[in-house]
Amino acid sequence: MNQNTRKVIASIDNATLAFGDKVVLKNLSFEVVEGAITCVIGLSGAGKSTILRLLDGLLLPSEGHVYVRGEDICHMNEEQLNRVRQKISLSFQFSALLDSLTVGENVALPLREHTRLSEAEIRKTVLDALDSVGLAHTYDSLPNELSGGMLKRAGFARAIVTRPDLVLYDEPTTGLDPIVTNLITDTILKLREKLRGTAVVISHDLPSIFAMADYIAMLFEGAIIACDTAESIRSSTNPIVQQFLQGSEVGPIPI
Amino acid sequence: MRLLDRVGQATTNFFEYAGGLTILSAETVGFMARMRIRVGETISQCALLGVQSLVIVTLTSLFTGAVISLESAQSAVAYGFENLVGGAVAYGSVRELGPMLTAVVVAGRVGAAIAAELGSMVVTEQIEALRSMGLEPARFLVVPRLVALLLMLPLLTIFADVVSILGGMYIAQAYAHIAYDSFISSVRQSIDMSDVFKGLLKSFVFAVIIVMVGAYQGLSTRGGAAGVGRSTTFAVVLAIILIFVSNFFLSFLLFGGQ
Repeated sequence: MNQNTRKVIASIDNATLAFGDKVVLKNLSFEVVEGAITCVIGLSGAGKSTILRLLDGLLLPSEGHVYVRGEDICHMNEEQLNRVRQKISLSFQFSALLDSLTVGENVALPLREHTRLSEAEIRKTVLDALDSVGLAHTYDSLPNELSGGMLKRAGFARAIVTRPDLVLYDEPTTGLDPIVTNLITDTILKLREKLRGTAVVISHDLPSIFAMADYIAMLFEGAIIACDTAESIRSSTNPIVQQFLQGSEVGPIPI
Repeated sequence: MRLLDRVGQATTNFFEYAGGLTILSAETVGFMARMRIRVGETISQCALLGVQSLVIVTLTSLFTGAVISLESAQSAVAYGFENLVGGAVAYGSVRELGPMLTAVVVAGRVGAAIAAELGSMVVTEQIEALRSMGLEPARFLVVPRLVALLLMLPLLTIFADVVSILGGMYIAQAYAHIAYDSFISSVRQSIDMSDVFKGLLKSFVFAVIIVMVGAYQGLSTRGGAAGVGRSTTFAVVLAIILIFVSNFFLSFLLFGGQ
């Protein structure tokens, strides 16, 4: 990645992670530039979502380090990790809203648990977050009353309601029609403007990625094989990157 | 070698399970000791785990008291010991069957519900979402359920004791024509308040078993809907086994040779 004078808010340094005998990430290094949207692309099952879970401290590498704001989170206890997680929000692939709570209560949850705001202030903040994703009218709805696209946006609202430093989006457009995909992409861009924050987006949807990414990282066989600005990745000479971008069956990527 | 492997694996699994259960219990007790309790959620759980168990506890305890009375009344009358039937029903209900049967019934209903709910939350990433928000699943989910059942199971047990004695009293009168006064007098002579308190002490232990086994099993669910089913079944089976085993040791400790 081009360093220049850009500030790194979080990074993974030489991390290896295995589940049993299966090595998912191998000596992976990755940097998240402050104020930018970094998209991670790669084959299904390559371990993209695992990168988000490492950055959020939900998984710890068996080797290597994960730094957030310069602090190595691998040596933190759960209480310290919880404090770090309050500054990083993860928006889940299937939104992961608590199905026993209304949408409003879901979005209010981090505020109720981590702030001393009054109920009136919480309601106002929640409505503002829901409004920013176009869902203010769903405040009293239960998650099972929402469509797939609405659920994703409600998940975004919960992720941004505390105005975190870093928002991690796990496959925000997967399984959605092109119109809702565009809506989600616009929402992510709008939220970045609103929060003036940093985001990492995991996605397979190339038009969406090129519409929002400042940087793109390609994950292949457990390691980042290319990471650069969106334009540089588009014109990359790396045959693996080109095969992935073109969606070709012919090339160095084993099918 | 294969046998040794199996024994080794089973031993590892046992200690892994016991260790995980102990850690979750310690975390939960730690949050309770620091009074980090969500009061609103605890009240909801009292209704869900306790009040909604009332009907099933009523039915099981009513017929348990009735059957003890049925079995003992006829012989007692034949041998002229009808003044002991009330005592037999009360003795069995308050010291053993009240606490244990209530716990078994609640384990079937509540233990399964806790394991299924938490298991579903695991497979739909809701538990991971809580952790990603900096919220501890033990404090957020387990503490309210444990506090609720610690409050509700003793109440259900007292209720079961009373219903069981009433059931026995009705059958004794209807089947063996034992007068209510005679039955109640026998009850008073055979048990005292210490028996009731010891029965309640058992129900506190059973509440911990039901919630912690259900919660641990739910939170360690793997493998989608089938995994939720396995966790639910195992939670109920293990909780019931532990209730029976701990009941023996508690009876031994509390009542000894009495």
